[in-house]
Amino acid sequence: MSDAYLRPVTGHVPVLRLGDVLLVTLQGDLHDSMAQQLQQDLAETIVRTGVHGVLIDISGVEIVDSFLGRVLAEIAAQAKLLAARTVVAGMRPAVAITLVELGLTLPGLRTALSTEAGMELLAQQPPVTRPGGPRQESP
Amino acid sequence: MHTAAGVEACLPIRSDLDLVWVRQHVRQAAARLGFGLVAQTKLVTAASELARNTLVHGGGGQMEVTHVSSAGAQGLRLAFTDEGPGIADLDRALSDGYTSGGGLGMGLSGARRLVHDFHIDSTPGDGTTVRVTCWVAQPPRPREEA
Repeated sequence: MSDAYLRPVTGHVPVLRLGDVLLVTLQGDLHDSMAQQLQQDLAETIVRTGVHGVLIDISGVEIVDSFLGRVLAEIAAQAKLLAARTVVAGMRPAVAITLVELGLTLPGLRTALSTEAGMELLAQQPPVTRPGGPRQESP
Repeated sequence: MHTAAGVEACLPIRSDLDLVWVRQHVRQAAARLGFGLVAQTKLVTAASELARNTLVHGGGGQMEVTHVSSAGAQGLRLAFTDEGPGIADLDRALSDGYTSGGGLGMGLSGARRLVHDFHIDSTPGDGTTVRVTCWVAQPPRPREEA
């Protein structure tokens, strides 16, 4: 980590496709409009590519405030409506401690400790349609 | 009483890009004073919430950063000021889950939990000032809220 002012990143966050998963790596300090743009880009990319998983790596993110927390929760919710599952990977311990104190436990978010673990989690449970009844969703 | 060593910096809050500067400035100021990583993260997160309130609800304003000391303890005080419409019902605005701006309603109440001291002054029609202070290595204190 450097002491120098980091340049805020502008433009789009790159969305990479790895097989059946879209991979997004958030780095540094994201500004609000970029987070919202990402939310929209992801919805469109899920529909265009038909992937069943979204993996968001936040190991390079120093803080998650209620705005970014809401964006992550909304990404997961909209992905679910578009038949894809979302895993947020690599949250820093200080971020988790702060989110809980802030009152934001984000119960709808699946998490993994690393990108690798997140990929495994997405691969483990293929989005099968259950023949016996309605698809089971976690609450 | 605390002694203030003078205003260290005053940052405008006019756009979401300014929120990025506010977070970076607060992080560096906290790191310089010797805040640990978790304490830095809490203070920066609180600053981000409060600066966003200043921008979204107050129509923009500024943040003043002051280095304070009390009985040998070092701290950082942040004051967020806007000249917006003010908050008519402070108790309601400070409760979890109350939102007027389409957020999760955790901004103000959450920010209050992340800092050691929290003061809010608001006059409807006249604007709002929120002052928060965090101390380096604060001794344990009782929780205020039930």
